[in-house]
Amino acid sequence: MDLHKLSLKEQLEGLKKSEFTSVELTSHYLKRISKHDEKFNSFITVTEENALMQAKAADERYKKDKSLPLDGVPIAHKDIFCTKGVRTTCGSKMLSNFEAPYSSTVYTKLDEHGMVMLGKTNMDEFAMGSSNETSYFGPVSNPWDTEYVPGGSSGGSASCVSAELAPIATATDTGGSIRQPASLCGLTGIKPTYGRVSRYGMIAFASSLDQGGVVARSAEDAALILEGMSGHDPKDSTSLKLPSPDLTKNLKDSIQGMKIGLPKEFFEQDMPSYVEQSIQEAIETYKSLGAEIVEVSLKNINLSLPIYYIIAPAECSANLSRYDGVRYGYRCEDPKDIEDLYMRTREEGFGAEVKRRILIGTYALSAGFYDAYYLKAQKCRQLVANDFTNAFESVDVILSPTTPGTAFKAGEKSDDPTEMYLQDIFTIPANLAGLPGISIPCGEHGGLPLGMQLVGNSLQEDKLLQFAHSYQSNTDWHKKMPNI
Amino acid sequence: MALSDKELKEISYLARINVKEESFSSLKKELEQILTLFEELNEADTSSVDAMSHPLDLSQPTRKDEVTEENKRDELLKNAPSVKSGLFIVPKVIDGEA
Amino acid sequence: MNENLNNWEAVIGLEIHVQLSTKSKLFSGASTNFGALPNTQACNIDLAMPGVLPVLNEEVLKMAIKLGTALNADINSPTSFARKNYFYPDSPKGYQISQMDKPIVEGGYLDIETESGTKRIGVTRAHLEEDAGKSLHDDFEGQSGIDLNRAGTPLLEIVSEPEISTPAEAVAYLKSIHSIIRYLAISDGNMAEGSMRCDANVSVRKKGDLELGTRTETKNVNSFRFVEKAIQYEIERQVHEIESGNTITQETRLYDSQNNTTRPMRSKEYANDYRYFPEPDLLPITLEKDFIESVINDMPEMPNEKKERFVSKFSLSNYDADLLAADKDIANYFEEVVKISDSPKLSTNWIMGELSALLNNENLNIKDSKVSSDKLGQLILRIEDATISGKIAKDIFEKMWISGKEVDEIIQDEGLEQVTDDKQIEAMIDEVIKSNPEQLEQYRSGKDRLFGFFVGQVMQASKGKANPKQVNDILKSKLEK
Repeated sequence: MDLHKLSLKEQLEGLKKSEFTSVELTSHYLKRISKHDEKFNSFITVTEENALMQAKAADERYKKDKSLPLDGVPIAHKDIFCTKGVRTTCGSKMLSNFEAPYSSTVYTKLDEHGMVMLGKTNMDEFAMGSSNETSYFGPVSNPWDTEYVPGGSSGGSASCVSAELAPIATATDTGGSIRQPASLCGLTGIKPTYGRVSRYGMIAFASSLDQGGVVARSAEDAALILEGMSGHDPKDSTSLKLPSPDLTKNLKDSIQGMKIGLPKEFFEQDMPSYVEQSIQEAIETYKSLGAEIVEVSLKNINLSLPIYYIIAPAECSANLSRYDGVRYGYRCEDPKDIEDLYMRTREEGFGAEVKRRILIGTYALSAGFYDAYYLKAQKCRQLVANDFTNAFESVDVILSPTTPGTAFKAGEKSDDPTEMYLQDIFTIPANLAGLPGISIPCGEHGGLPLGMQLVGNSLQEDKLLQFAHSYQSNTDWHKKMPNI
Repeated sequence: MALSDKELKEISYLARINVKEESFSSLKKELEQILTLFEELNEADTSSVDAMSHPLDLSQPTRKDEVTEENKRDELLKNAPSVKSGLFIVPKVIDGEA
Repeated sequence: MNENLNNWEAVIGLEIHVQLSTKSKLFSGASTNFGALPNTQACNIDLAMPGVLPVLNEEVLKMAIKLGTALNADINSPTSFARKNYFYPDSPKGYQISQMDKPIVEGGYLDIETESGTKRIGVTRAHLEEDAGKSLHDDFEGQSGIDLNRAGTPLLEIVSEPEISTPAEAVAYLKSIHSIIRYLAISDGNMAEGSMRCDANVSVRKKGDLELGTRTETKNVNSFRFVEKAIQYEIERQVHEIESGNTITQETRLYDSQNNTTRPMRSKEYANDYRYFPEPDLLPITLEKDFIESVINDMPEMPNEKKERFVSKFSLSNYDADLLAADKDIANYFEEVVKISDSPKLSTNWIMGELSALLNNENLNIKDSKVSSDKLGQLILRIEDATISGKIAKDIFEKMWISGKEVDEIIQDEGLEQVTDDKQIEAMIDEVIKSNPEQLEQYRSGKDRLFGFFVGQVMQASKGKANPKQVNDILKSKLEK
């Protein structure tokens, strides 16, 4: 049986009905990983032994009729989530041998729900990148065409789910790192409202923007797992004091009469005609499902990119100061004094993109520039957030492309940082405002998938998933998988 | 937006990232490109908005003053590059230097 | 250095770091106990492991509100945290979580007693921040060892206005802050263990000049005495430099208590740039009115309030009341003694005199006094009711100190009760007069000062037990006859 062709929901049902065991399901994926991942490099660490142990325990629980809500279903974790006893590298040489003595809340929650970890997925170093080419563990390729990038920074997570080496994977999103690779790999990727998912044990890039989520093959699968990983965590001061939302309750409700906003500023931009066409078709589908289409204005949205590239590097310049070669991680050879230890450890331990962002962030915060850059960016961030607040007074969700186009070839944009940064032009605004966003497959071009993005108002993940599910119940884009 | 060698050296020192002389010019060009991007913000009228330092408009939660952590030194020092007598070892630190 | 310091005046501001006596750290649940084995009280948050996050200890807010109220300052709400970026091995995150724009305490003052009366010193602000770990330099063959037990211990940094003019005022201000934090029980204020640390900003200018001179910051001054000496040294050094035609460099200096000098810290190629920005892992803190009020209602009487009460209720002098009220334990002891003795003045004298001397002798805290407040109260009561004389009381007190016995027990055992029976005293006086006819004659022929001789003889005869006043009165009438 091609167990990997079953949806996550079907896998869970199969386990419950004892149609197969978790050990069988887990072994099936482990075999696929060992057979295919050479081509994609989507895993940094495969935790075979551990996975089989967890699977065995799940099977025991099923036997005793004491199963957990997501018992025995495999999952891959982005290597940004600390996992006790298994190394966590964040895609960096700096942490290439780091084994956290604690686990992230996301891992712990899903573990407590019975999920089986297959391994840790590859990613752009410290989640900085949009092509998964900055990983110390080598680039990840797109299962649709290995000459192309899978997007980033959660490129490994997207690649392994797209290649069906895992039924689902956790991911993180600071400026689009869930939604952009989901779009480029033909997956459903959701970034919830800031504060929904605990950041404890999730290695920080930019604290006020980072948020954990999932990449999945459908909105329905995503809803199941997102529910399991959400909820208040006293270890994260920015975690919302709300219980985990029920994301499956309204999933199948009709969207009849609900309103979709199209931000005119996005559609005024030049975009390839195939993108425009795919989006137009999706709009037509939504109309046919009874949704009303409304034009909205997000008049400061064009400021998002510069705002992001001030705030994210500024925060990262401080967040990454702890990697100093003193308490853990990489240390340079034979430092002659403490300054040399710092300067060379960080020169050698970080890759080019990470260093670039730390330097930019350091500059933006330095005396004399703080007001012009950082403070100005924070004020503009408020303008962008206000635009969304106004727009959501009249619409339920806001629709746009997720990315400016389909995946690009490896190496194509890696020489030009600002060209690469444009990849996130549609996704960054939701991070700035802390809003939930989802990318769902809605077309293809030249054999590569393309996604559309829906952004919802604060805490309305359920509505986003309802819109996504409604679309996926009437289209087949999400069912297309690459032929590997 | 031009960046001088001196500025680049200062930033690299503040960030404690050594930058080799030979990569100065290319790095400067990249950074200048990014800084040019920032100039787009100058157009925005922000005279009537407050700075938004966080997406959550909530008050900080607190915890009770209780000792909840036990000594896990061995486990926590396992990742350290150099340890002696339970201390992290680094090249000699001159007192008060910061 | 023999310049005429009188032509100069100093402008001094103090930054005092007070370690708050919470059980756990500012942002983690690790213990703050002093003196544990290295790195046994540093959890993953204190070690800045990847992905860990700070969670604020509620108690520090209460402590800061109390301090702010005692300093007559405003409590900011919202108050927020910021990151102060710098690299140093004892600062594990590469930044310190501190406060910048919205410190929890802002704009207060403190009145101190100086030679020329009461002086008001402005308190600019007090903010919460994390303490750093420690670098140890011995026994590592030219390397340093980092202990992060202290990292993350809560500190309140109290910044004064540059309104202090002399080393003595600086000490008075520091002592006053010390007294307040001890009263509020927010810190043990132990300078030797580093739970209270002081940096002094000092500049000098010609008397009458309005412009401020260039200031230096002297760090590492860890006793009241050193604060006085370090500032005095720094004033003299600066005056000497200027009078020798040199300029003062704005710099950080370290106080060397062994040689009583200050020396500049090694300067860096680049100036420090702390790149403060709002801490994104923490949200601004709104302090509800009810919360602030409940904290304030929970505050004890403060030293200045206590002092005023001592003056009005017990008719003590300003000086005595100030001395007693400065230390909470002494003040409490005093009130307990008065409750029994009902004699504030005599109680003050005994506490500041005899008791203080014995405590100092044995380096004891008043809490550990070998004579309890109860027992001292009883002793004073026996002086007041004339059971014993003040002189005998001193002997008894020493015996009480050693034996731990009650005053009445000693009086009884040793028969030290004062003789107050007129007849008995008369008999002793008659005996003395009889055995000193020569002196009697001299006295009666006008040598008045021999009166003292007779008193002494009578007291000797009574082994010090005769009531001195009665002896005086009776002796006078007998000698005049």
